[in-house]
Amino acid sequence: MSNKKESSEIIRLAHGAGGVLQENLIDFITKNIAFKNVNDGIGIDELDDGATIPLENYDKEIVVTADGHTIFPLFFPGGDLGTLSVCGTVNDLLMMGAEPIALTSMIIIEEGFEFEKLGKIVDSMNRKAKEANIAIIAGDTKVMPRGTLNELIIATTGIGLKDKKIKILDNNIQVGDKIILTGSIGDHGTALMASREGLNISTELKSDISLLLEIYNAIKLEIDNNLIHAMKDPTRGGIATALNDWAHKSDISIWIDEKQVPIKKEVTAICDMLGLDPYNIASEGRALLAVDPEHSEDILKKIKATKIGKDAEIIGEVKIEKPKRVLLKTIVGGTRFVDMPLGEPIPRIC
Amino acid sequence: MEIPGLNLLRSKDFTDKLIKGINEIIREINKPIKFMHVCGTHEHTISKYGLRTILPKEIEILSGPGCPVCICPAADIDKAVELGKRDDTIITTFGDMIRVPATNISLAELKAKGADIRIVYGPNDAVKIARENRDKEVIFFAIGFETTAPLIGYELQSKPPSNFSVICAHKLIPAALELLMSQSQLRIDGFISPGHVSTIIGMKPYEIFSRGYKIPNVISGFEPNDVLLSILMLLKQVRDKNYDTINEYSRVVKPEGNIVAQKVIDDVFHPISSPWRGIGRVYDGGLEIRDKYKEFDADKKFDITIEKSQDIPPGCSCHLVMVGKLYPFECRLFRKECNPLNPIGPCMVSLEGTCSIYYKYHSENNS
Repeated sequence: MSNKKESSEIIRLAHGAGGVLQENLIDFITKNIAFKNVNDGIGIDELDDGATIPLENYDKEIVVTADGHTIFPLFFPGGDLGTLSVCGTVNDLLMMGAEPIALTSMIIIEEGFEFEKLGKIVDSMNRKAKEANIAIIAGDTKVMPRGTLNELIIATTGIGLKDKKIKILDNNIQVGDKIILTGSIGDHGTALMASREGLNISTELKSDISLLLEIYNAIKLEIDNNLIHAMKDPTRGGIATALNDWAHKSDISIWIDEKQVPIKKEVTAICDMLGLDPYNIASEGRALLAVDPEHSEDILKKIKATKIGKDAEIIGEVKIEKPKRVLLKTIVGGTRFVDMPLGEPIPRIC
Repeated sequence: MEIPGLNLLRSKDFTDKLIKGINEIIREINKPIKFMHVCGTHEHTISKYGLRTILPKEIEILSGPGCPVCICPAADIDKAVELGKRDDTIITTFGDMIRVPATNISLAELKAKGADIRIVYGPNDAVKIARENRDKEVIFFAIGFETTAPLIGYELQSKPPSNFSVICAHKLIPAALELLMSQSQLRIDGFISPGHVSTIIGMKPYEIFSRGYKIPNVISGFEPNDVLLSILMLLKQVRDKNYDTINEYSRVVKPEGNIVAQKVIDDVFHPISSPWRGIGRVYDGGLEIRDKYKEFDADKKFDITIEKSQDIPPGCSCHLVMVGKLYPFECRLFRKECNPLNPIGPCMVSLEGTCSIYYKYHSENNS
């Protein structure tokens, strides 16, 4: 069929939007890599938030993540590209159960970009790095001719350290686990989309972008004791992508109770207006956790006591039937699938 | 920010009351009931909120031909493709339309080969492109029901540039409903009628169903409790054998409709017998541009004839899905060869298409 050809020949924007197409793209790039891990650590095949390098004769392992950051507009309600690059990298380390130590930063700049704007973005990076108590230890810059990229791209590597015995992995979720979400969904993507579409209907809605360090510290004991089986920050593709990813990798089903899912009224309204599904929309300061059921209330209490986790809720649980599926009990009591989003969310036309 | 009435329209308490009422009446009726909606957005609401899973099993909600992208004949897409192959043309249309499979290739594939095909949000954008590209023929591929026709009509009334023209593939909903009624094997017990279309045409065009065919008709809104309330209103009519056209969506739909928009449609178009993809020729089922605006009718401006077209590819069941004779999961291509990334039939393309909605929200069967 015609569309098969189209999707296999060229890379479209939707290939970067965290859905099935992105999986195809990643597979295309990674399938012929010769060596995919070190010392039997987590490698590229696991498609987790990062990789590990177990250190021989030592009970720790190094955790490494790589992240490219680009956003339009560069300055958005609640943050900018600098905030995004540090928060994104640090959060990826935290989601593997690692303590962040340092990051490297590569800044690619378009000819003609203003020093003043670059200054603001670098300031944000430095401020967030200080807040996360991590060093920026190496970097590189490139300037590209006008028109070869849009303003600015930042690429980072995050480096952290964790105990070998901590197993926080996408494929480690157990039947019976409770699913905790640390705050309202879709704030980041919706705030951006609303400002792009010129929907200046809400002055209060801003990106939820933040470091998840406070939450990590609050539940460090549970992390060390392997009571947290998986953690993930639902960025591109939203919680629909994150939960489907878990259901597939852990071969279980996840049952979500829609009325428990925290969502801001503004987000519901803007998504309704644009015909978008908030479950597919990115957050930049939220985490999903799959936790031991017996300790779930304790963990929730600790998360709720933090500033960024005060709206946390237990939104669902893990079951064995219908494996690899995410099911939703809707607000009116019906049941339906939550599917993996297929590509770039676009506002509906009719 | 608050959407007015949303608390009630998505309230579980209200849902529970409606379901209780529905259960009571279906017990009194004591036989299986089939209602049909004819709007992709209704299917979206029903599937997204899992309404079929909370309705009693005696009530079946069929999905009718309510997706404008799906019922647009392949021959019309072929026409756009032929025109798009020329060096001096820019084809403009709504987003979903470019991915719909046609007889040979889709507009998306033509675009990938280098043709100038552009997605627009409305015909006003297409006219703007025409003004900015006077050395090109800018053709708007116009699809949709009564809801989008006034927009195109208004542009033609507003003296667009001479390099602008329209492939008019507009369809009219009430005519198609009447055709469905004549297909006796469907035995529909009532229509959940489309709120958007009714905003334009009002309530009068539906009266033939309650008066002539003796089946109830409720014009419904798009929140979950709108749809459930409409089902309750239909059931009451079935029980009382008292058939009427009722407006559940009265917060938006006026009984007389949008008179200004109706006048625009009437001035620019006239109804004609027209083919619907998967359904066949529908008497008065489409719109043609009147002679006084014929200079903007791409059919008359360019001499394009499509000899042979193929609406339904081999193995595809879209023609049965569109009239509610088959559920998507009963098609042997569903979730296999046919999926949203590689749609074989038109219903898998649009967000309003029944197969695409079932792919996103439903399990393998209806449970």
